[in-house]
Amino acid sequence: MTCFVIASREFKTLFLSPMAWTVLAILYTIFAYLFLTQVESFLMLQPKLAQIENGPGLTDIIVPPLFGNAGIILLLVTPLLTMQLICGERRNKTLALLLSAPVSSAEIIIGKYLGILGLLLLIVASTAMMPLSLLAGGELDAGKFLANILALTLLVSAFAAAGLYLSTIAGHPVVAAMGSFGMLLLLWILDWTAGVKDQRNELFEYLSLLRHFQNLQSGLVSSVDVGYFLLFTGGFILLSIRSLDNNRLCQ
Amino acid sequence: MALLIEAGHLYRYYGKHCAVNDVSFTLAKGNVLGFLGPNGAGKTTTMQMLCGALAPSSGSIKINGFDLLEQPLSAKRHLGYLPDTPPLYRELTVHEFLTYCAQLHGVAPKNIRQAIDDAQQRCGLAAVAKRLIGNLSKGFQQRVGIAQAILHNPDLIILDEPTVGLDPLQISEIRALIRELGQDHGVILSTHRLSEVQESCTQVQIIHQGQLILNESIDALKQMMDTGIVEVATRLAPDTGLLAAIPGVNWVENSAGNRVRIHYSVADNPTQRITETIIAAGWELQELAPVKKSMEDIFITLIRDNES
Repeated sequence: MTCFVIASREFKTLFLSPMAWTVLAILYTIFAYLFLTQVESFLMLQPKLAQIENGPGLTDIIVPPLFGNAGIILLLVTPLLTMQLICGERRNKTLALLLSAPVSSAEIIIGKYLGILGLLLLIVASTAMMPLSLLAGGELDAGKFLANILALTLLVSAFAAAGLYLSTIAGHPVVAAMGSFGMLLLLWILDWTAGVKDQRNELFEYLSLLRHFQNLQSGLVSSVDVGYFLLFTGGFILLSIRSLDNNRLCQ
Repeated sequence: MALLIEAGHLYRYYGKHCAVNDVSFTLAKGNVLGFLGPNGAGKTTTMQMLCGALAPSSGSIKINGFDLLEQPLSAKRHLGYLPDTPPLYRELTVHEFLTYCAQLHGVAPKNIRQAIDDAQQRCGLAAVAKRLIGNLSKGFQQRVGIAQAILHNPDLIILDEPTVGLDPLQISEIRALIRELGQDHGVILSTHRLSEVQESCTQVQIIHQGQLILNESIDALKQMMDTGIVEVATRLAPDTGLLAAIPGVNWVENSAGNRVRIHYSVADNPTQRITETIIAAGWELQELAPVKKSMEDIFITLIRDNES
């Protein structure tokens, strides 16, 4: 239960500083712009699309590009949100409060994770509101739309877990941010070799975040892709717990 | 009486550097243990090990009978800790912060209000309860740190240099608070000020280069401090051998120029005989002043005792 105490403090503190407000304001501005450009291009393409049999509909034109770009932008932003999680506590000497309280390392890590995940889910939820506004004058493919929400949710969960781990091991917040950004970006682009000269590396393809994300985005919710994200997230949370435990031994 | 803390053969290495070397002690309820030592002696490391923030390289710690390494959660439930830097979230108000700490320490929701009121009143924080911690003065921040440590009414309270940064009035208030806490809790406080230990502690430990060199009750320490020092300045160089031979003088230490420091036992004060010797020898006495005893003197005495 204590992990919810930690999570709620973490979440509230984000909104006590300008941090969360700034992030939300900037992200919404960008997402709104992206959304409007997609709507614009749909309006331009609409007459042509009507002639194609089984052509892409409103949902296909607007939702996957919006969520795809949101994913890339969150890849840049999440490391900045997670960098302070443990690293900041250690630098402000407030970690001692958690370590001397009757709270296990697992509760500390999970609490911290849920706190930051709360903010990220808020971002996902409000991004989803944008396509929903189209219901006023059109129809959405509910299945594809929900698949995209699931994809983005799983993606940010994975980003947050990786960022949390780097924040646990790094001594300086900037190192944590740079480390998690580098790692996530590498995992994002790992798949790019696939197109070159018909080379395919199945390991790289499996490891790539982008590949799994796009599979889910296309509306194909397969257990392989969902499993990948759950393993990724769970793995990094476990590593963080281990690392925090280990921290008491060798400081 | 049940022992609140049992620490056995604690060692802590930072790389090859041994910060704490074979420290063992116990503390019973109703005692205030003063942990004295110069900077870098291993006080903070020992405190961090006692509260579970740092694992000892070897050795065992039991709090209220619970092993800190094997049953950390049960052990920590009986513990309140103020680190050397108070762990405060600057963006919270005092009341919000204390509520968070109470929840962390598993205070039942219906008792939280009462616990916070008590702690605020004990530490004189009621007037600033609604203010942001980041905007408070150092002294008030320190008090918030203490409030956080006593909030959940733990059996054992560990305070790492609790009076640093406070003004003299606040210091005496905090010392009174510590004495009061000592009546029904066990308290460990670390400091490098001897006067603090003399005022508020019932037991004293001195740590030097990671080793405990003294573990006594405060009365025993007073007896050990039976030696006094006078500083003597003469115009001509005195013969230290002759001074050391005076009955009652323990030993003589050369300080700058023609000054010597004479260590003597208070029970047999030889000041009169020292004066007579100097006048008789014709060294021309210029100054004779008692030296106030500091921590260093006790260290020097203890280290000399250890070596001999």
